Amino acid sequence: MCGIVGLFAKTDDVQVRLGAHLTSMLLEMNDRGPDSAGVAFYREPAPAGGSKLTLHHPDLGYEWAALAADAAAQFGGEPSAHRRENHAVVVVAAPADEAEAWVGRSHPEVRLMSAGGVIEIYKEVGLPRVFAERFGVAELDGSHALGHTRMATESRVTTDGSHPFSTGLDLCLVHNGSLSNHNRVRKDLRREGIVFRTENDSEVAAGYLMWRMREGATLDQALEGCLEDLDGFYTFAVGTADGFAVLRDPIACKPAVLAETDEWVAMASEYRAIATLPGAEGARIWEPEPATVYSWQREGVAA
Amino acid sequence: MSATAGTVERVDLAATALRDLNQRLHDQAKAAEPIGHWQILNPSGAHALACGLDAPIEVEIMGHAGYYCAGMNKRATVTVHGNAGVGLAENIMSGVVRVTGNTSQAAAATGRGGLVIVEGDASARCGISLKGADIVVRGSVGHMSAFMAQTGRMVVLGDAGDALGDSIYEARIYVRGAVKSLGADCIEKELRGEHRDEVAELLAAAGVEGVDPGEFRRYGSARKLYTFHVDNAGSY
Repeated sequence: MCGIVGLFAKTDDVQVRLGAHLTSMLLEMNDRGPDSAGVAFYREPAPAGGSKLTLHHPDLGYEWAALAADAAAQFGGEPSAHRRENHAVVVVAAPADEAEAWVGRSHPEVRLMSAGGVIEIYKEVGLPRVFAERFGVAELDGSHALGHTRMATESRVTTDGSHPFSTGLDLCLVHNGSLSNHNRVRKDLRREGIVFRTENDSEVAAGYLMWRMREGATLDQALEGCLEDLDGFYTFAVGTADGFAVLRDPIACKPAVLAETDEWVAMASEYRAIATLPGAEGARIWEPEPATVYSWQREGVAA
Repeated sequence: MSATAGTVERVDLAATALRDLNQRLHDQAKAAEPIGHWQILNPSGAHALACGLDAPIEVEIMGHAGYYCAGMNKRATVTVHGNAGVGLAENIMSGVVRVTGNTSQAAAATGRGGLVIVEGDASARCGISLKGADIVVRGSVGHMSAFMAQTGRMVVLGDAGDALGDSIYEARIYVRGAVKSLGADCIEKELRGEHRDEVAELLAAAGVEGVDPGEFRRYGSARKLYTFHVDNAGSY
């Protein structure tokens, strides 16, 4: 099954309470995906010229301060690490791609969840309800966020196999559905240098988007490419630095509901997740058409 | 109706298990004096609400329903005061199912009898494999609606999405708005007097007033596909 939720704030009030709203939505999707859960939040931009990494280490006692000190020694700036359960956000005084390469080289014991200027990804196995509480998702603010609850079908239940998947700097993907040609596509993408950590089909979709955009496609073009190159059932939601996009496959078996008010834009697998939001009763509500890319961006921010 | 008409049995799903509610509703089928009027509070999008009813009772769902609401309905009148999820009134046998908001895909799928009314929009595959039920949608229907519909009638006051009536058998479709595209073997047909009467009858049954049946266009099967003919092999 799996559940997807997404929320894009149009007002300061919704931004401040983004985590609380997204948590209510995620909890409604608890039963659709009891195996694991995850969220991507877009918040607290790194200082100009810098970036932030979300990192994971299974040991709750891992010395994040030491890793942050290493980063400061390498790139300058003040060491900055904020732990949230077994994840931590480390702010680095270097562009995200350099910071990402550095952490991969010097700290292979940690897993990179996300890299960019604004994105933070948290994900873990277990009931979404428990995940939300453990990670204090309700405390988070932000401009927009995506969430996912997973009912595993294609591969093992692990932290790495949980959603969202990072698909590049400040980009992430959540998926409801199953892809049938993921083994072939993964093989092709590996030849292009895309690295995969799991046998998960959704990670292949994330890798596909990463590859297309690396080759110069816009997000919309990369998503339209999915319609040609990915075989199977999917509703995708993609988070970007400025907003999010939604795509359903041409058959559109997997559910998706979109709703918009003057305060927010929301996306969910089922309406009941949207019904938790303030003003949902008066929202414009519709189901996205098959094979059509829908996207929202913050006003005044270039696409 | 029952001797208890006039009183309303209210069940709060915030305090009652869904299975207990459905069991109580099922029990009305063999009750000597069924409770005639029910209101379900706090449905919160629960799935399989009021499924498999078989009694002449009225059930009002005071909020949003999840998947497969009022599936297999017989004789009962079920009203959702809100939106409904996938598979509303799937395989409805008789009675009436009404949704005041929108409904998700496959509304009234395989329905055999009775009437399904959607006051907002229905999404994809509305009336898929329809087998005799009637559907009235005040808004629009999504793609692949009335796919392989065998018999029954569908009236759409708004627009229809892609591939309307694909591989249709003998169901009759009436659309007032624009049809994005017709599916295989579905064609527009002349709207004659008996069809205007039929639309008028269905609109009246759905409580729709002030709409001229002459504004609708009729669609149905070209009958070239469902009886196999070797010349059509490429169309399957």
